[in-house]
Amino acid sequence: MKIAVCIKRVPDSETRVKIAADGKSLDEAGVKFILNPYDEFAVEEGLRLKEKAGTGEVVVIALGPPAAQETIRTALAMGVDRGVLLQTPGLHPDGLETAKALAGELKDAAFDLVLFGKMAIDDYNHQVGPMVAELLDLPCVTTVAHLEIAGGKGTAEREIEGGVEVVEFPLPAVLTTDKGLNEPRYPALKGIMAAKKKPLDIKPTAPGPGALEILSLTLPPERQAGKIVGEGSAAVTELVRLLREEAKVL
Amino acid sequence: MSHVLAVLEQRDGAIRKVSHEVVTGARRLADALAGGAGVEALVLAAGPVRGADQLGGFGADKVITLTNAAFGLYAPEGYARAIADRVKAGGYGAVVFAASATGKDLAPRVAARLGRPLVQDVTDVSVQSGAVIAIRPVYAGKALLRVRVAGHPAVLSLRPNVFTPVQRPKAGSQETAAVDASRGRVVVTRIKAAPAGSLDVAEAPIIVSGGRGLKEPANFRVLEELAAAFGGRAAVGASRAVVDAGWRPHADQVGQTGKTVSPTLYVAVGISGAIQHLAGMRTSKVIVAINKDKDAPIFKVADYGIVGDLFEVVPKLTEEIRKLHG
Repeated sequence: MKIAVCIKRVPDSETRVKIAADGKSLDEAGVKFILNPYDEFAVEEGLRLKEKAGTGEVVVIALGPPAAQETIRTALAMGVDRGVLLQTPGLHPDGLETAKALAGELKDAAFDLVLFGKMAIDDYNHQVGPMVAELLDLPCVTTVAHLEIAGGKGTAEREIEGGVEVVEFPLPAVLTTDKGLNEPRYPALKGIMAAKKKPLDIKPTAPGPGALEILSLTLPPERQAGKIVGEGSAAVTELVRLLREEAKVL
Repeated sequence: MSHVLAVLEQRDGAIRKVSHEVVTGARRLADALAGGAGVEALVLAAGPVRGADQLGGFGADKVITLTNAAFGLYAPEGYARAIADRVKAGGYGAVVFAASATGKDLAPRVAARLGRPLVQDVTDVSVQSGAVIAIRPVYAGKALLRVRVAGHPAVLSLRPNVFTPVQRPKAGSQETAAVDASRGRVVVTRIKAAPAGSLDVAEAPIIVSGGRGLKEPANFRVLEELAAAFGGRAAVGASRAVVDAGWRPHADQVGQTGKTVSPTLYVAVGISGAIQHLAGMRTSKVIVAINKDKDAPIFKVADYGIVGDLFEVVPKLTEEIRKLHG
C-alpha cells in the first residue's frame, strides 16, 4: 500500500485569536502550532493500513511555511516514512489553489490512497481533499468515520444529518477523515528520535493568488454577558418567562 | 443578467428543510445583483420531489428537477457532473449550496470542475460593485473572515440555521427534465438511519448540550427528556470532554473539533465553557447556562443563567416546557 497523507500546520484549538495589524490575518505572536487534529486521524489510518498490508509506504505532504517542518516531524514520529514540504511564504484563502499545488505533487506518484483530514481547524475551508480528487480525477469520499479496504475496493461510512451513509468506492481514491475513525497514537520517544533521521524533502512552491481576496479578519461581536436569573429550580419559572416574553424563542 | 442557482437537497423524495434557507439566501443574493437576477432552484432526484412546488414561496423563480434513476440517493460524481454542466451552460452569477453534510461534499467537487473558488459555511452575503462579498466564521467562530470573490460565478455554501426562510406570496414555475447520467465510481449504497425523530446538532433549532457536570453517561437521559419536551425541534449536544471520554457519539460534539452551531436556543448544562467549546456555539441566538459553579466561563456568554444543581433544575425546566407544549 502506497499512501499519501496531506497535512497542515494550524494554531492549537485553545488559541485566543488576536488580529494582526493588517486587520486581515492572525497575530501569530505567542501562538502554539500543532498538527491539524483532523489530519491526525488521516495519519493514523494511513499507518494502520500500511501495517495491515505488511508492506508499503506512508508519505506526508504539507503545504506551508518553513516552520511546517516541525508539523511533518510530528507525523514522522508517529511512524510515517518520509515527508515533503511544499514550502510557500504564505497560504492564500482560496482552497482551490492549495488543491492545485498538492495535486501537482501527487499526480505522478501512483498512490493507492490519498488521505486528508476533513478540514483544517484554522480556515475551516473544508474543501481541499475533494478538490484534489477532482483535479486528479480520482474517486473521493469525505468525512469518513469508518473504513474497510479489501481487494482494491473500499467501504466507508460518513455521517449525514440524521443518519450514516454507506459508500463504496474503488482504489486508488482520495478520502478525508472525521473524528471517530480511529484513536491517533502518540509519538513514542523512539519514534521521535527516529523522525530526526527520516527524509524530509523541501520543495519551494508558489501557489497562484486565487480569486478570493481577504477584506478583513475581525473578532465577532462580544456577547453581552447576560443575567443570572436565579439559583436552583426556583429560578426555572422566571427563566421560561424570559425565554418566552423577552427572548421570544419559545 | 446572470441568475443565481440554488442547489437543493432531497431525502426519500422530499425537499429537505435546509433547502428553504438556501433559496432564501439565493434570493437575497439575486436581489443584490444588478439587473433583476432570478433564482433558479435545482434538485436532483430519481423522480418527482415532494415540496418542490412550495419553493416559489421562498423566492425561487423557477424550480428545476433533474431526474435520473441513479439520483435517488446522493451520487457524488453524478451530481457534481450534472450541476457543473448546468452552471457552465447557464452563465450564472452565483451558485449556492447548503453547508450540510451533502453540500460540504458536493460544493468543492462542483467548484473544482468549474475552476472557481469556494466559500464554505457562509453566514452573510452581500454584493459590492457586482462582486459577491461573503462573511464566514474561521477558527471555529473565534474570528470572522470577510472575502471578495473575483469573477463569476461565486460558489458558496450557507451555514444552516442562519438564513431564516422568508415566505413570499409568489409561485415559481416548475420544470422537470430527465438527464443522462451515471452514478459514477463512488456509490452510496444505503443510509443507516439514526433513531427516528433524532435531529442533528448542526441543523437543530434548539440544542440541549451536556458536559462533565452530568457526571456519568446514563445521566444524559435528563437532557434527552428535556430535548424531547421541545417536541422534535431539539437535539442533544455534548462537550469535547464527554465525547473524548466516550460518553456521547462524536457526531454530537459542539466546539472547535466538533460542530459549530447556530441554533435559536442553546442550553448548556454542566458545561464550564472551554474556549474551544464557546467558539463552536457563540453564534447561537440565545444561550442559557445551567451550572453549579457561578464563576464558570459559560456564564460570560450566556444570555440567561441559573446557578444550581442541574439534576434539580433540568427536570423542573422539562416540566415547564412540557406545560407550554401542552
